[in-house]
Amino acid sequence: MNQGADTVFADAALALELFLIAPRQLGGLVLRGPGPARDTLIERLAATAMVRRLPAHVDDDRLLGGIDLAASLAAGRTIPQPGLLDEVSGGVLLVPMAERLPAAIAGRLAQARDSGARPFGLVLLDDGQGPDEMPSPALADRVAFLADLGFARPDESTFPADRLTLAAVAPLDDSALAALAETAAVLGIDSTRVLLFAQAAARAHAALQGRRLVAENDLQIAARLVLAPRATRMPPPVEEPQEEPAGQSSDQAENPNSDEQGSSQPLTERIIDAALAAIPPDLLARLAQGAARRGSKGSGGGQRAKSKLRGKPLAARPGMPRGGVRLALIDTLRAAVPWQALRRREAGERAPEGMLVRKSDLRVRRFENRAAAVTVFCVDASGSAAMARLAEAKGAVELMLAQAYVTRSEVALIAFRDSAAQVLLPPTRSLTRAQNALASMPGGGGTPLAAGIAAARAVADAVAARGSTPLIVFLTDGSANVAADGSPGRARAREDAEAAARGMAATGHPALVLDIAPRPRPEAEALARSLHARYLPMPMADGAAMRRAVELARVGT
Amino acid sequence: MARFPFSAIVAQDEMKLALLIAAIDPAIGGVMVFGDRGTGKSTAARALAALLPPIAVADGCRYYCRPEEAGSCPDPCHSNRSVKVAVPFVDLPLGATEDRVLGALDLERALRAGEKAFEPGLLAKAHRGFLYIDEINLLEDHLVDLLLDVAASGQNIVEREGLSVRHRAQFVLIGSGNPEEGELRPQLLDRFGLSVEVRTPNALEQRIEIMRRCAAQEADPEGFAAAWQDEEAKVLRQIARGQKLRAGLVVPDAVMADISALCQAVGADGLRGELTLMRAARAVAALKGAKAVRREHALEVAPMALRHRLRRDILDETGSTVRIERAIAELFG
Repeated sequence: MNQGADTVFADAALALELFLIAPRQLGGLVLRGPGPARDTLIERLAATAMVRRLPAHVDDDRLLGGIDLAASLAAGRTIPQPGLLDEVSGGVLLVPMAERLPAAIAGRLAQARDSGARPFGLVLLDDGQGPDEMPSPALADRVAFLADLGFARPDESTFPADRLTLAAVAPLDDSALAALAETAAVLGIDSTRVLLFAQAAARAHAALQGRRLVAENDLQIAARLVLAPRATRMPPPVEEPQEEPAGQSSDQAENPNSDEQGSSQPLTERIIDAALAAIPPDLLARLAQGAARRGSKGSGGGQRAKSKLRGKPLAARPGMPRGGVRLALIDTLRAAVPWQALRRREAGERAPEGMLVRKSDLRVRRFENRAAAVTVFCVDASGSAAMARLAEAKGAVELMLAQAYVTRSEVALIAFRDSAAQVLLPPTRSLTRAQNALASMPGGGGTPLAAGIAAARAVADAVAARGSTPLIVFLTDGSANVAADGSPGRARAREDAEAAARGMAATGHPALVLDIAPRPRPEAEALARSLHARYLPMPMADGAAMRRAVELARVGT
Repeated sequence: MARFPFSAIVAQDEMKLALLIAAIDPAIGGVMVFGDRGTGKSTAARALAALLPPIAVADGCRYYCRPEEAGSCPDPCHSNRSVKVAVPFVDLPLGATEDRVLGALDLERALRAGEKAFEPGLLAKAHRGFLYIDEINLLEDHLVDLLLDVAASGQNIVEREGLSVRHRAQFVLIGSGNPEEGELRPQLLDRFGLSVEVRTPNALEQRIEIMRRCAAQEADPEGFAAAWQDEEAKVLRQIARGQKLRAGLVVPDAVMADISALCQAVGADGLRGELTLMRAARAVAALKGAKAVRREHALEVAPMALRHRLRRDILDETGSTVRIERAIAELFG
């Protein structure tokens, strides 16, 4: 099931060729992973299409076009400024660092692509590491191909030169459509947009090969390039494929042209096989993480400490009103007034009526806003901690989420037990999602405290990198008996936990240790000291009490 | 780019019904659509807007004044001529700022000519049409508050930067979102009139039909539109007839009693549920050309009118739809 590095590159190169044949229908590509392979593909793209790079700091005015305020003021008449989307029309927009693209800009791009008024292709360069850093789902859903290049090496792949246009290829027949639809169903792909991409990709591949009719090979390519990277579940094992098709064959029996359907069954299986061969090797890991592909950034935009848009007003400062920053009118006029006589003399006869305002006079408003809070629960789910504690932690998480929308906070949950720690719930505000994730939370086994601390630190770092403030809440009795590498042994386990705790304290993330032992012992207090965390013994706590404690700690930070 | 015909949208019957009800009775208070990406939510909303007959506006009016109301907007418009324009469909982008939504001081004119002029925002553009907000659950809270307030009052009042402007903004608010990616506050949910859940059609035959129709539409947009013209005209006639019928329909006391009993049984908070259900029942009866509102009309729209108003019970994971259906079965067998 694993694929060699060279097929990775060949597939990505093929996807690029298909995209160039049908840019409007296929939308674009996500190219994940930096490296020479990606550079080679971008060179090839630039050689055939008009490419514009999206600057990381782009704002609304620059993207959509607007008024060139500085030039308009100097000239005394409106000078429009075309937006990047006007300039890229008919070409390809290259989005570097797509995983860090602000939600507002991603939303604009998605909308511009949907409207189709200024058609453009989208190539997202994704430098994200790990499932926490993904390009905005709103954009990834609007391009046909997701290619994870990893460390692939570029090679010379050549493609036929005498290709057809997409329009020259006949539409897919019913059996081909059925094969694609069934494959998507087996892989758990819900989006109909993806189906349309697969259909277009099959036709584009036929066009690339100079064929007017779509052949089985084209469908296999479409399944491999479009459907496989989006699989959300593994199909049932090949040995017993009767289950899934059996349900469908009853549908098909009612179908009038069943003779044609009969021949589609083996075709479908071959297409599914083609998709299976290309399923990313880490799919199972990702599925275990609970649909990590879904953006967990359910927090809207602009929750930085210094907000440009909302919050407590601060003093105005010089700057250009753009990207949602609002002009402080009074301050601007105040800045311009002293210069009026001088400017009028300078401008002489040509002076327009009214105030003479220059770019240097412009003042913009600033606001101070509280950063979003993310509470990371790190729960000891081992045998030494009573199973009941786990249920209480779940209760606390759900109670906090029930009002997360009001407090604009998010909650994450990590459990450590046996030999490792597991992120059960990545930071989220969604109660629905939390309930799904918490439905089966296993307990029992050893206490790998060091692993739990390390996992909490990783989540907290990711939260801080996004501009929010993490608060880590440990629910433990502080006694460790599994070392960082998963081997048992009390002494080493304690050393490792101590080291992990000191490392964590160095990051400066605020933390809270809730000692959940029935009779508080010194270990948890020692842990809190190493973590530079507050220590709170809670022998009788229930979910509601825990929530109150966390909220008090939050106010204190 | 040619729009996809409304009647050619495969399945999604509940969402189509909700949109039609909103078209017949815009006062229903908007439609919230829950569902995954790529399930045709915005396609359906756009298609309905494109289907509706053009509206008459005073020539050159930036606020889409009705010809008989010419001169009543902040501009004000003084043309006696009326022109036909397509029903507005405004797509509110994620990350839109308050300025763009509400409208703001026209900076350029203010600085250059010293005039205090108002530049209308998206709310003015949506007047008499549809305002579609994809991923409303990711929109900043204060914007959602503001939108719902304007949608409920039908007026946009701007008091800022020394401006004092009010203009009409009556539109059908359509929000969409995926509850897995963050939820909407219950208070806000309650303000939506109807809510529907959209799923990808599971039946293979439907998914194939979607692909087939999209391919046909792409290959020949005009031909496709022509092929669906009759169906589209049928929907249009149905809407026109419904709009006419609705005004004359009264909800009989017996049906009112049913509605109250149902709301009580499912524990829908507040009166808004009953009012919306009554309105929706009347609209659906009008849509079907019925002479009177009957119990079956109310029951048909009960899930979409009440689903989002049930009190959330953390411990009960039964879906809202199931709870409503259960109550219907218990009450009315």
